[in-house]
Amino acid sequence: MTELKFTKDHEWLRMEGQVAVIGITDHAQTALGDVVFVDLPEVGREVTAGEAIAVVESVKAASDVYAPITGRVVEVNEALTDDPSKVNAEPTGAGWFFKIEASGALPDDLLDADAYNAFVDSLA
Amino acid sequence: MADSDTLLETPLAALHKELGGRMVPFAGYSMPVQYPAGIMAEHLHTRAAAALFDVSHMGQAELVGEGAAAALEALTPADVQALKPGRQRYGLLLNEAGGIVDDFMVANLGDRLFLVVNASRKQVDLPLIESVLPSGVKLRPLPDRALLALQGPAVASLVPTDLTFMGIAPITIAGIEVIASRSGYTGEDGLEISVPADQAEALARALLAMPGVMPAGLGARDSLRLEAGLCLYGNDLDETTTPVEANLVWSMGKRRRMAWDFRGAERVREQLDNGAPRLRVGLRPEGRQPARAHTAIKAGGEVVGEITSGGFGPSVGAPVAMGYVARPHAADGTALDLIVRDKALPARVAAMPFQPHRYAR
Repeated sequence: MTELKFTKDHEWLRMEGQVAVIGITDHAQTALGDVVFVDLPEVGREVTAGEAIAVVESVKAASDVYAPITGRVVEVNEALTDDPSKVNAEPTGAGWFFKIEASGALPDDLLDADAYNAFVDSLA
Repeated sequence: MADSDTLLETPLAALHKELGGRMVPFAGYSMPVQYPAGIMAEHLHTRAAAALFDVSHMGQAELVGEGAAAALEALTPADVQALKPGRQRYGLLLNEAGGIVDDFMVANLGDRLFLVVNASRKQVDLPLIESVLPSGVKLRPLPDRALLALQGPAVASLVPTDLTFMGIAPITIAGIEVIASRSGYTGEDGLEISVPADQAEALARALLAMPGVMPAGLGARDSLRLEAGLCLYGNDLDETTTPVEANLVWSMGKRRRMAWDFRGAERVREQLDNGAPRLRVGLRPEGRQPARAHTAIKAGGEVVGEITSGGFGPSVGAPVAMGYVARPHAADGTALDLIVRDKALPARVAAMPFQPHRYAR
């Protein structure tokens, strides 16, 4: 398992070859509160880095989830449809959202864990 | 939205911080939207046991003097004069066009009327009420009182009283003299407790020390009242909605509907006779996806209404919403489309409350 990379939109990704597994961070799920619904993209969809492609809904509000990289959606986490609380329980594990097969180089503004934690601290 | 350093605080501000409340701006106040347990847990705990809400941002006032009830009736179709000492009821303040200026509670405390109005409307309501008072009747705002709501099925055993639903009396809780009413806005049994501001924190600590009482924030209060089918002023009610459209005709006294002697009566009477063009209804979306306030409601491709409150109902275990639809689409069971992120989400008009009320009648 490779280490997680993070975005300033509070998403994480883990590269498995050319495929990135993507979800929202523990900080994001804490801020959102209890997740009650996740709207996932269609498999096969071509997406561009920064594009809103999924929605996560808590009791209180709906938030967009962005494609952190450009590529094609190759799999989505269907288990979240029946049990969206996995996003709260295991945000970087069973609560993953979707997988994107990267086309081309990854964005150069992805953060490592230390840089992401420093970014979160700077928001407080 | 007001800047955070201009927000008002309630007498429980320090306690909210100590309890880890996540503070948000609401109606000009810094209020806890939730505590560390989270909205879902706070909501479910309220229905299972008891939760304490700070609702001190709401406006409290007294109306004193001979003819106070008759004077207030100029602005509301509620039967205030028939309210017996020790009783409270829900009412609406109306404008000339029959639109709802605010919804409020009015209680007869024997020597005076006691009013509770919405935080976001107190600057409108109090001058409006003042403007109709005869010389012998005085309106006294009570800014030095806090208001706590203790809600849930365990309240009756935690704080035993002689009150029945919508009864109100001065009582003593934990050695503190308060005015308590057996009411609330969650659909559950419980008390709303008016207490002097300087004793509010002591009372709150005493209540939180009782077995099984959890603090709950505005987030849970919102999901609880939505499941209970209760309106939130500013979302579900405003100056353009009438009591008939809002399905709140039950709050109008029978005597008042004979006399038609309140502001806005002409429009209300016309709608009762001929039907309102739109009606507030409950809506149950299919599946788990919530539809939020301002979601367009369509029938056969035509917009026929809009959601005014919507979210996920933790006790219902499904999304619930309320909104206004054109009258031909208001019957229970009517199939409608909710337009969420440009997609049609199928829903049906459903009876409210979504969660049965459990008041101590």
